[in-house]
Amino acid sequence: MTVTAPEREASVVPAEAPHSYGMSERTRKERRLGWKLTAPAVILMLAVTGYPMVNALYLSLFSYRLTDPSGRKFVGLANYGVVLRDSLWWQDVVTTVIITVVTVAIELVIGFVFAMVMNKIIFGRRTVRTAILLPYGIITVVSAFAWKYAFALDSGFVSNWLGWLVGKNYNWFGHRGSALLVICLEEIWKTTPFISLLLLAGLSQVPEVLQEAAKVDGATFMQRLWKVTIPNMKAAIMVAVLFRALDAWRIFESIFIMTAGAQKTESLSFLTYRQSITRVALGIGSAVSVLLFVTMVIIAAIFLKGFKVDLGTVKGERR
Amino acid sequence: MMVLVGGLAACGGGGSGGTTTLQWYGPPDSAGATDLIVKSCNQQSNGAYRLVNNPLPSTADGQREQLVRRMAAKDSTVDLMTVDPPYTAELANAGWLTVFTPDERAQLLQGVLDSPTKSAVWKGQLVAAPWEANTQLLWYDKSVAKAAGVDPTSPDFTWDQMIDAAVKTGKTVAEQGNRYEGYMVWVNALVLSAGGSILTDNDKGRDAVPSLNSAAGKTAAEIIRKLATSKAADPALSSADEGASLATFEGPTGGFLLNWPYVYATIQANVKLGSVRKSVLDNLGWARYPEAVAGQPSTPPLGGGNVAISKFSKNQSKAFAALKCIISPEMEKQNILVSGNPIANGAVYDDPQVQKLFPMATLMRDSINAAGPRPVTPYYGDVSAAVQRDWHPQSSLNPDSAPAATAKLISNVLHDKRLL
Repeated sequence: MTVTAPEREASVVPAEAPHSYGMSERTRKERRLGWKLTAPAVILMLAVTGYPMVNALYLSLFSYRLTDPSGRKFVGLANYGVVLRDSLWWQDVVTTVIITVVTVAIELVIGFVFAMVMNKIIFGRRTVRTAILLPYGIITVVSAFAWKYAFALDSGFVSNWLGWLVGKNYNWFGHRGSALLVICLEEIWKTTPFISLLLLAGLSQVPEVLQEAAKVDGATFMQRLWKVTIPNMKAAIMVAVLFRALDAWRIFESIFIMTAGAQKTESLSFLTYRQSITRVALGIGSAVSVLLFVTMVIIAAIFLKGFKVDLGTVKGERR
Repeated sequence: MMVLVGGLAACGGGGSGGTTTLQWYGPPDSAGATDLIVKSCNQQSNGAYRLVNNPLPSTADGQREQLVRRMAAKDSTVDLMTVDPPYTAELANAGWLTVFTPDERAQLLQGVLDSPTKSAVWKGQLVAAPWEANTQLLWYDKSVAKAAGVDPTSPDFTWDQMIDAAVKTGKTVAEQGNRYEGYMVWVNALVLSAGGSILTDNDKGRDAVPSLNSAAGKTAAEIIRKLATSKAADPALSSADEGASLATFEGPTGGFLLNWPYVYATIQANVKLGSVRKSVLDNLGWARYPEAVAGQPSTPPLGGGNVAISKFSKNQSKAFAALKCIISPEMEKQNILVSGNPIANGAVYDDPQVQKLFPMATLMRDSINAAGPRPVTPYYGDVSAAVQRDWHPQSSLNPDSAPAATAKLISNVLHDKRLL
């Protein structure tokens, strides 16, 4: 949305100039038409995102089970206190942080390498790009099943391959560390293409003249990488990390398929799902989902304010 | 996919010559008993209705989740549904099940055993018809029992004697100890057998009183711990489900097994396939669930399936007619013969064909009659999850503290004071 802001400013401001002197009939009509044309989308957005959010806020103030309508009672903010005091919430926060930090960090490094390859390659460009992007095109549930079957004791081949390391009968999903490792590997395999795509966009923005000037000055590859390439695509990197971090923070499918949250591998999204859908505890479940929403707002705020990420610079409009 | 097809059929049902289409949602049935019942009932209805079978997900949790979601959305395309006994109260309490009148109740309960009925009644009213009824029996190797000098068929055979006999002979007592519903079945049967209960005043909903913190709760925990820490424990106890515990029993260390009657047909099939030694079948003995406390008759586990009519169905009277057909003795006989699942109708167990298929049919019926349901409460899912969370793994279960801690956890969870 903000990406297009500068363009709009550029074109709309002069047109609006005569506004104070009385808008032309045509401009006013166009404006009204614009509102009419966007109204259905705005109303739809409010209905499908705004309403559930407000409803979740409202429900979170009750102790309420879907299957016990007569037991519904107003408890104010008590549900939030219960969630924040519960060790399960904090255990899941830790799990989600581990998954987010590990996957995003590794994906950033691998994704950057992929982006450089995709940027530089001359022969077989299409084939390489397609090969790199392939995992991203696979449905998460399908890829989670593939990884589960690969590591499972009965159907998997990984235990066979790594038998010398962990023993042939090692239950990968039977321990927290190894289960989280498999979940992280699946995430990395699946979403690295996404981050490399965003980085490729940033990479192609770095002016070739700067690279050549650095080369003439005798800068090595690493020096050019650290002093020229990365500083010039900082905005693209931060946006890629922000998008991936928010994405990783709401990890659900892989855990649902692979461990169902056993061995302390439950993420915050999964906790929300269990409270609201499995336990139909709509009150406390809504409180968990509101808190999950708050954590995502905090992450976004840290990036946008703390690291001064400007989404408008992605396309290189402002520098 | 099947559900989608069912949904489409429902849309077209009105137009097909006035025959009402009734959608029945239940667990998948690979044996084909459900399809057979649907076909027979459709023939008997003479065009009054056309029953369509819609398989739910394969796990009990998945089945419950889908039914809850459909009912919460007041889905009028669901007419009949098979509900797991522990979740019947939950759906009934939400007002989603049609409550039967005393006259209808009398028709639906004709010949039905007492125990299954307990799980189909909520606040004194019948909300579902018991259809399948299941129970666990003690399966044992006769040569092991003989070597240990015990008689499992004796009415006062206890858990202690069984564990000691297995230790003495170097064999195992196989049970379901994975952190799942099957473990709750074990815990509940032990608590009931010791004369207690996990929950009392169930009708009070969330204010029901957890009563696990009792002598019975302690006895149950002591038996589980004794087995888990003894040499009679299956090494895979903490992750064993029905299939895994059966595999242990069929293996070289097999001595005793607590499991549902389906294992009888499975052992026969495995012996035929050659994957299990023939001696397992030759030496196979069966007896009632052992006592938790000597001299106090046991309360075996109760399973099964109830069939209920959705409150949102627009074809109430036809759904009732179909329900009567589904649970009729004739269909119940078809069901047990084809699916091998024990049924709720008592008289069918005397049928010669049934007796031939299940030589222990009379024992099964007696066991179902003596069986006790898991807590009948709209909060069953929470109660079960709390027990599974606190009582697992078995080897670190502390009989002195676990019952009190779990009782407190149940109370906190029911009142939204803890997450689960």
